[in-house]
Amino acid sequence: MKNRLKVLRAERNWSQQDLAERLEVSRQSVNAIETGKYDPSLPLAFRIADVFSLPIESIFLRD
Amino acid sequence: MTRPWSPAIRRYLQRLALFMLAYMALIFLAGYLFRHAPPQGLLAYGVAVLPALPIIGVFWTVGRLLIEETDEYLRMLHVRQTLFATGFCLTVMTVWEFLQNYDVVAPGNGGFGAAFFWFMGLGFGAIWNRLTAGTCDGA
Repeated sequence: MKNRLKVLRAERNWSQQDLAERLEVSRQSVNAIETGKYDPSLPLAFRIADVFSLPIESIFLRD
Repeated sequence: MTRPWSPAIRRYLQRLALFMLAYMALIFLAGYLFRHAPPQGLLAYGVAVLPALPIIGVFWTVGRLLIEETDEYLRMLHVRQTLFATGFCLTVMTVWEFLQNYDVVAPGNGGFGAAFFWFMGLGFGAIWNRLTAGTCDGA
């Protein structure tokens, strides 16, 4: 699954660590999601959507 | 750069250290007793099993890590690592068993039991995580 995490993070000038702290996960988790190595669970995907104040489908995209 | 450990990993390391210390103490105690004052009957069973208890404690510790880790990605890595360890251990023990069945190798394990190979598998599992997921953070 593709995602726009890196772009959205860059728009807000957040580091991976900044985003990780907002999501209450490790920086490794953010990195793994961002690079497509790991697809988050639905609850975490909703948390990501909440942090960016965007709907899930505008962050995560079908391959 | 120093990478902060999750609270679950910190608890895991504390418990691991505790059980390793207990193992060191109990393996020496059991060895001493069997050399100098061999226990008899049921007591012999009890003393012989003493060093196994902290090893069982380590299995429990790994289980607690899987339960207590709140970061789902790190938990997934821990699960992969333990599955790798289990597969490695079962493979080694199965091959070894058949080698012994056909008298290709000597009977007995020379002190290297299933737990030894499972812990070795945890190490290989960490390397596998590093190679495939780019990180070995975990148990």
